[in-house]
Amino acid sequence: MSNREPVPFAQWDEPEGEWTLPGACPVRSNRTLMLEAAARFLFPTVLVFSVYLLIVGHYAPGGGFPGGLVAGLAFVLRYIAGGESEGAEIGSRFVVRPPVLMGLGLLVAVVSALAPAAFGAPVLASAKVSFDIPLIGTVDLVSSLLIDIGVYLLIIGVVLDLLRSLGSGIERDAREAAGEEAGP
Amino acid sequence: MSTLVTLPVLLPILGAALTVLAARSARTQRLIGIVVLAAVSVVAAVLLVAADRTGPVVAELGGWPAPVGIVLVADRLSALLLLISTVVTLAVLVYAIGQRISDYGRETASTTFHPIFLLLSTGVSLAYLTGDLFSLFVAFEIMLAASYVLITRRTNASRIRSGMTYVIISLTSSLLFLTTIALVYAATGTVNLADLAGRVAALPEGLRTLLSMLTIVTFGIKAAMVPLHFWLPDSYPNAPAPVTALFAGLLTKVGVYALLRTQTLVFPGTGPSTVLLVLAVLTMVVGALGALAQDDLNRLLSFLLVSHIGFMLFGLAVYDARGAGGTALYIVHHITVQATLFLVSGLITRRTGTVSIDAMGGLARRSPALAVLFAVPALTLAGIPPTSGFVAKLALLQAGATGGAATAVVAGFVVLASLLTLYAMVRVWVRVFWGTEKEPLPDPDPTDELVVGTARASRPMYAATVALVAVSTAIAVAAGPLSAITEQAGADLMARTPYIEAVLG
Repeated sequence: MSNREPVPFAQWDEPEGEWTLPGACPVRSNRTLMLEAAARFLFPTVLVFSVYLLIVGHYAPGGGFPGGLVAGLAFVLRYIAGGESEGAEIGSRFVVRPPVLMGLGLLVAVVSALAPAAFGAPVLASAKVSFDIPLIGTVDLVSSLLIDIGVYLLIIGVVLDLLRSLGSGIERDAREAAGEEAGP
Repeated sequence: MSTLVTLPVLLPILGAALTVLAARSARTQRLIGIVVLAAVSVVAAVLLVAADRTGPVVAELGGWPAPVGIVLVADRLSALLLLISTVVTLAVLVYAIGQRISDYGRETASTTFHPIFLLLSTGVSLAYLTGDLFSLFVAFEIMLAASYVLITRRTNASRIRSGMTYVIISLTSSLLFLTTIALVYAATGTVNLADLAGRVAALPEGLRTLLSMLTIVTFGIKAAMVPLHFWLPDSYPNAPAPVTALFAGLLTKVGVYALLRTQTLVFPGTGPSTVLLVLAVLTMVVGALGALAQDDLNRLLSFLLVSHIGFMLFGLAVYDARGAGGTALYIVHHITVQATLFLVSGLITRRTGTVSIDAMGGLARRSPALAVLFAVPALTLAGIPPTSGFVAKLALLQAGATGGAATAVVAGFVVLASLLTLYAMVRVWVRVFWGTEKEPLPDPDPTDELVVGTARASRPMYAATVALVAVSTAIAVAAGPLSAITEQAGADLMARTPYIEAVLG
């Protein structure tokens, strides 16, 4: 029937583990203590900042796209600090496959664009809810925040996919090429 | 009703999201793609009926009225083109699924193909429906970004080179488009097409001509108008058959649609446009002569595609209701027939293992069904009565004959280009299907999807091709009501008021 091999789908798309900084890296010269330490502090801070950007986006500069990019940069920082060491591919370790994040983000955005139509409002219309939160004051939540959340997830997915394909993917290819040359 | 207008744009995105999530189940992905495109076809048909009965259907996104907000408008022209485009897209998807199954088996999934394919469909739908110059740019970008992926998927070095040509040309034209939008906005303070219709008229003559020419060049690149066509025969033939069919069927025609819309709504002329008439003649003749010089079947079809873009430009250049209506009818006919021809070419190359016409021969004896499948769209493209090509060309020729001396002369070139098309097609027929039978060539590169040697073609591939031939026949059968709609669409385009009143209220 077919003279070709099926596409080896699982080989490159399988989740490989968790996101971690290197616990034990055999090649010391490849590590930079300063960057690793800074990354540990910066990673959560940058993520919180990205969520802030996401939420203020409706009235102030920010929104899902910049928020997602900033969050993506946090992962880039972590990838650069953790880098690639032999046997521990930090950059390619995900619990969630990036395409799933992209798909989810797109789904959330489209569904929240269509949802107003179910209530008889025009597509993409938005509603506003105000909360009085002690210490913070009045917070306005707009339903179009959902679209921003979708975009936020989508952009994180894109950045992670780029890290995987153009970061660790290229390093892995290079290592395989080097291995072939050294091998028999 | 207004929610319905947004569905052709939003449903494919929804489908794209779901197919990304269902990346591990090939069956689910295929089902989602087919269901979504079938649903969009139904929506487009409903929109066409509604637009024909009660005038343009308008959706104001987020409830913001034009010209502040973004509007989606389905009038006769856009609903009709949306319908035929989606039907063709659906058929091409079925063909692509069939090709995938016959090459790789039933159970292999693809992470990219289905989402990207649906996103391309989103871009096409948005381009037809948008009532806003900037959204039109966004639509082109969605369409092009998806096409970059499709043209360079599973590729090799030589195809990367031709893919690069395509990407660079498209990026250049996008840049030009963006610059044009900036200039239009600076001059008028709006990007809403209906609003522009009024404001551009108040601009000085020179500025208006400049903006008009810029849009002609921008959309001319996308539509592959001579002398801006050179990228097309170089890049389209280097993609797998279903992708080429989709690009050839839809992408250039979206460029023609944008040209038709902007030239009639925003930059209306008073009589036949000399510039467009000259460009139309050049496009028709250069494309047809180029086709005669080709040995590669797909390149030949690509040159014919360029040639027939000239026919549509001609209808627009005549600049009256008949001409615009003729162009609309021609686009409908040509989307179907050009996609069919590329799909058939894909089936032929799977039989012969080559795209070179010289290396083929005697195919009619080995597969008579294929011979019939090629003959029908080939004659349709050439415009032999009673096919849809004849009906569409007749509409154009009538417009040319009544448009004045200049258009009557150009109508002569339409006949000439039709004869050249017929000659090219007969030449292909004689060399591919008659003559001594030649042995099929083996697959030169198993990792490449372009030429797949003597791989078998599964049933969905034939079914999709036959379905498109049937659609093209249906266009000829329904020529009466269809040309009534396109004539009315042409009258709407020239009158401009139905569109403007529907959008601005």
